[in-house]
Amino acid sequence: MNQRSPSRDAIRADGLTRIYGNDTPALLETSFTVGAGEIFGYLGPNGAGKSTTIKILTTLAKPDCGTAQIMGIDVVQDPQAIRRIIGVVAQRSGSDPAATGRENLTLQGQLHKLNPRSLDRRVSELLDRFELSDAADRLVKTYSGGMSRKLDIAMGLIHQPAVLFLDEPTTGLDPESRRQMWRDVASLARDEGVTVFLTTHYLEEADHLADRIAIIDRGQIVVEGSPDQLKAELDGDAIHVEMTSEASAIAAQELLSGIDGFGEIQVENRTLHARVSNGRSSIPAVFSALDSAELSVAAVTLSRPSLDDVYLRYAGRSFQAGATVQAEQEES
Amino acid sequence: MGTLVLHSRALTLRHLRELLRQPWGLAIALMQPVIWLLLFGSLFQDALTMPGIGIDDFRAYLTPGIVIMTAIFTAGWAGMGVIDDIRGGVMDRLLVTPTSRSALISGRLIHQSIEVLIQSGIVVSLGLLFGFRTDLTGLLVLVLSAVLIAWAVGAASIGFALVTRDRFAMIGVNMIILPLMLLSTAFMHPDLMPGWISTVATVNPVDWAIGGSREALGSSPDWTLVLIRIGALGVLAAVASWFSVRSINSYGRSM
Repeated sequence: MNQRSPSRDAIRADGLTRIYGNDTPALLETSFTVGAGEIFGYLGPNGAGKSTTIKILTTLAKPDCGTAQIMGIDVVQDPQAIRRIIGVVAQRSGSDPAATGRENLTLQGQLHKLNPRSLDRRVSELLDRFELSDAADRLVKTYSGGMSRKLDIAMGLIHQPAVLFLDEPTTGLDPESRRQMWRDVASLARDEGVTVFLTTHYLEEADHLADRIAIIDRGQIVVEGSPDQLKAELDGDAIHVEMTSEASAIAAQELLSGIDGFGEIQVENRTLHARVSNGRSSIPAVFSALDSAELSVAAVTLSRPSLDDVYLRYAGRSFQAGATVQAEQEES
Repeated sequence: MGTLVLHSRALTLRHLRELLRQPWGLAIALMQPVIWLLLFGSLFQDALTMPGIGIDDFRAYLTPGIVIMTAIFTAGWAGMGVIDDIRGGVMDRLLVTPTSRSALISGRLIHQSIEVLIQSGIVVSLGLLFGFRTDLTGLLVLVLSAVLIAWAVGAASIGFALVTRDRFAMIGVNMIILPLMLLSTAFMHPDLMPGWISTVATVNPVDWAIGGSREALGSSPDWTLVLIRIGALGVLAAVASWFSVRSINSYGRSM
């Protein structure tokens, strides 16, 4: 962890807690800092507490406990000052479908009290930057998903905010638009020095874009660091053995834990996850051990450490399983 | 204050642009009053034209009632736009900017007042074809009453929309408008109403708007009465505005 003086932090959250009704907390004593100019990936399955965090940081909700500052300003004490220095791109678009792209941008600028002449210039500049000039005078309801998302980001940038919040910016986009969006976000931080707080439930997205990530699970941050750092902390390769039943997976766990070089063995339904020091030589060992116990294997996969493995280690379950559990909790 | 004016103007223009792009919306809103004035008015024209008690011509008598009714029906739906904004994420986007909270409401209500002015002009013009007559003062009182009652109803509708965030609640709000019209002197002279309805009418704001307007349109208006009615509508509009601003300020707290 590198030490930063408080004034250099763009965002500082300290013990944020938010509880809805009497249910399990949406956020529990969550603390993190985001450095100025950094792209910070806030990663977790749906319902993990990402949206609640964003709502608190963007003044839409208040925490039950804890504090947060953006550029040194407290979000609860002075929400109006916060609103002047943040740009927000929410999950739901938020542009007015019955107005044109240019009108949406202009209104946004007027609400930030930009002076009319420089506003016109800024609007054209942003339309250009996000390749929306040709569609500028068309109604937003005629835009494609990718175009509409670009407009959302342009709207969030109209007043040159110090911090930009992107709440799952690529959800619902096709792969091509997603890649385009990644390029846009990366250049934002690089060229304009905007601090970006990015939430996503795509591990790949966080891996690709973020300088630093925090993984949030069930309202708590389980691990924080750069994607490479986190992956490097995992030794060796990941091996996933899919068995034909849960019982045989548990039996396999006992067998394999006796073999040298197998660590962190976890069972999830019919699949067994483990870390192995040497991936290639471990596969024959797996087969011979399981064959001798007459346990049948459905599939074996071997991979270099990924963020999914990081998540598995710290949250105690795989990312997809986490998403399912969270979704069920939300429904009940 | 400067912020409120600046933001109100920007947001009013947003809604006016929508009106200009979809002028047929205005035309649909005028279907109802035309039906009432043309069909309902003509149906009872002969039966209810009674110069003896003050209805010299029923359709002419009906006209101010229809102006007020049109304004109220338009205003009742004001909250629906808010619900669309909430659902589309537009509301959240506005709330994370330093936009004046009051301007989010006044922008809608100023736009609505302009709409009410246009509609009133059209209904009055139609009334003129059917024998409705007015001087400038009478017309001003009628239009002012329409704008004020629409402001009150519109603010209440927006307030309910922010509290309930539910389209069905909006339909509920609009269901009470017709009964309120029927419990007023909109369609009938007070002397011809059952006693209990004329009693209810005295506390019905809809009737304050219609009664005040008819008084000002009459041959020898009691101006004190007119001013009291207008004043009451002004107070009502102020209270409803307070409620809607309060609703928008507490909107975020429940999230």
